[in-house]
Amino acid sequence: MSSPNDDVVGMDYLQSLPRRWVTIYIPLGIFVFVLLFPFYWMVVTSVKPNADLLSRDANPFWTLKPTLAHFHKLLFETPYPEWLWNTVVVSVVSTALSLVAAVLAAYAIERLRFQGAKPAGGAIFLAYLVPPSILFIPLSTIIFQLGLFDTRMALILSYPTFLIPFCTWLLMGYFRSIPFELEECALIDGASRWQILIKIVLPLAVPGLISAGIFAFTLSWNEFIYALTFVSSSENKTVPVGVVTELVEGDVYHWGALMAGALLGSLPVAFIYSFFVEHYVSGMTGSVKE
Amino acid sequence: MFERLQNSRNALGYVFMLPAAVLLIGLLAYPLGLGTWLGFTDAKIGRPGEWVGLENFRYLVTDSVTQLALFNTLFYTVVASALKFVLGLYLALLLNKNLPFKSFFRAVVLLPWIVPTALSAIAFWWLYDAQFSVFSWVLTKLGLIDRYIDFLGDPWNARLSTIAANVWRGVPFVAISLLAGLQTISPSYYEASAIDGATPWQQFRHVTLPLLTPIIAVVMTFSVLFTFTDFQLIYVLTRGGPLNATHLMATLAFQRGIPGGSLGEGAALATLMVPFLLAAVMFSYFGLQRRAWQQGGDK
Repeated sequence: MSSPNDDVVGMDYLQSLPRRWVTIYIPLGIFVFVLLFPFYWMVVTSVKPNADLLSRDANPFWTLKPTLAHFHKLLFETPYPEWLWNTVVVSVVSTALSLVAAVLAAYAIERLRFQGAKPAGGAIFLAYLVPPSILFIPLSTIIFQLGLFDTRMALILSYPTFLIPFCTWLLMGYFRSIPFELEECALIDGASRWQILIKIVLPLAVPGLISAGIFAFTLSWNEFIYALTFVSSSENKTVPVGVVTELVEGDVYHWGALMAGALLGSLPVAFIYSFFVEHYVSGMTGSVKE
Repeated sequence: MFERLQNSRNALGYVFMLPAAVLLIGLLAYPLGLGTWLGFTDAKIGRPGEWVGLENFRYLVTDSVTQLALFNTLFYTVVASALKFVLGLYLALLLNKNLPFKSFFRAVVLLPWIVPTALSAIAFWWLYDAQFSVFSWVLTKLGLIDRYIDFLGDPWNARLSTIAANVWRGVPFVAISLLAGLQTISPSYYEASAIDGATPWQQFRHVTLPLLTPIIAVVMTFSVLFTFTDFQLIYVLTRGGPLNATHLMATLAFQRGIPGGSLGEGAALATLMVPFLLAAVMFSYFGLQRRAWQQGGDK
C-alpha cells in the first residue's frame, strides 16, 4: 500500500543543508516536542515521589528518587486491574462482533450487489456521521429497558453502532480492489458464494481486516461517553471512565497514581498500533482517498 | 432451498446484511428517532414522558446557560478547527519532505490521536494545574510572570486552554490524512512549475492547494464534526466550569439529562445540535468541494 512516490527525491537536492535545518528540521522538532511533551510528563509524574510532586522548588522536569509506589498503589489498592480487564473484554468482543457484521455487509454491498446495495452503502456512510454525543440519551433509555444497564453487555452492544459503519466503509474499499475475475473463476469451478468469501476474498483482504480490527479496537478502547452513561458501579467500569471518575474523588488529587493510570491505559493501544503502524497509516490513506 | 438461496444474489445479500442492519436499526436509527421524540416530552429518569410540544425548546432558547453553551460550542469549533487545519497542513508539508526516519516520525506524530482522549486530558489537567503547572513554573523561572496562571479557573483562560488541548489531539489526524493526500500529487508538477520559474509559495498556492482541496474537504468535515460534538475533553478538564464558561452542547446535554435526570431536556439539547451539525458539515463539505469544481477538480 505504500505510495509510489515514497522513494522519489524530487528537487530536494537543490536545497542546501543549513536551509533544510531552518525550514524543515527545526519546525518539525518543535512539533514533535509539543506532541510528545504530555506523554513525557505522564511518565515523569508517575515515577516522582509525592514530596517532589508538591514542591515548587524542585526541578519539575526530572526526579532524583524515582519510585514505583504510584503503580503499586494503582494496581493493588484501587480497582484498576478490574477496569483493565473490563476494557479488554468489551473492546475485544465488540471488535469481533463488528468485524463479522462488517465483513458480511461489505461483501454483500460491494460484491453481491443485491437490489438496494447502493442506498445501503450510503446509509452505512451516513450512520458513521451520527455522533455518540446526540445518541447517548435515547440509547440509555433503551439500554435500561433491555435490562442491560450497568453491565458490560450494554457497552458490547452499543459500541458496534459506531464500529460497524466504520469497518464496513473501510472493508468496502478493500473488497473493491479484489479483481472480479477471481470470483468468476471460482464460480465456474462450482464454489458457493460462502466458499468464495471464506477462501478467496477474506485471505486477500487480510491487510484490510487488520486495519479495520486495529481501528475498531482503538475506538472501543478509547470510548468514553457511552461507558460513562451506561455503567455506574465501579466493578463494571472501563479504564478511561474509571480513572476519570474514581481516582479523582476527594480534595487531594493523587497525581502520581492518576498519571500512572493514564499511562497504563494508553500503553496497550500505543503498543498494538506501533506494531501495525504501516497498516494503520495505509488504512487511513485508503479511507481518505474515497 | 438452501442451494437456491446460495445462488440468488438478492436473498444472500439480504441475509449477509442482516446482522449489521439489526444492530444499526435497533441501536442507531431507532435511538435517533427516539431522541427527537424525547425532546418533545418531559421524560425524567425512571418516568416515561408526556408530550409537551415545543416547551423544552421554548425554554432552552431563552435559557442563558444554553445560549452560552451554544456560543462556546461555535467558538470552540471555529477556532480549534481553523488551528487544526493550519497546523495540520503545515505538519503534513514538513512530513512530506524527504526525511530520515520517515516512518518513525509518522508513528510518533500519530500518538496523541491514538491514546484515549480521557487519559491524555488528565495529563493536560495536571499540566494546567493552578498551583503546580509546569508552564507557570517555566514562565516564573524565566521571569515573565510573577503569579501562577489560573489556566482553568478563569473563563477565557479556560476556553483557550481547552482549545489548545483539543488542537493538540486533533492535529495528528489532519496532518496524517493530508500527508496521504500530498503523496498522491506527482512530483512532475513541481518540476514543471519550477522550470517555469515558480517560487515555493506559488507552487504551494497553485499546485499543492488545488490538488489537495478534495481531501481537505473530507478531512475538515470530519474534524468539524468531531470538534462540534466533543464531550470527553471538556468533561475531564472543566466539567463545563468555571461558571459554565466552557460548557459545550454535548456536556450540557449530559449534565441536564443524566446527573440532572431531565431526559427530555437533555434530548432536546442534543436535538438542537443537529441543525448546526448539518450546517457545519454542509459548509465545510460543499464549500470546499465547490472550490474543487471551479478549479477543475475531477470530483
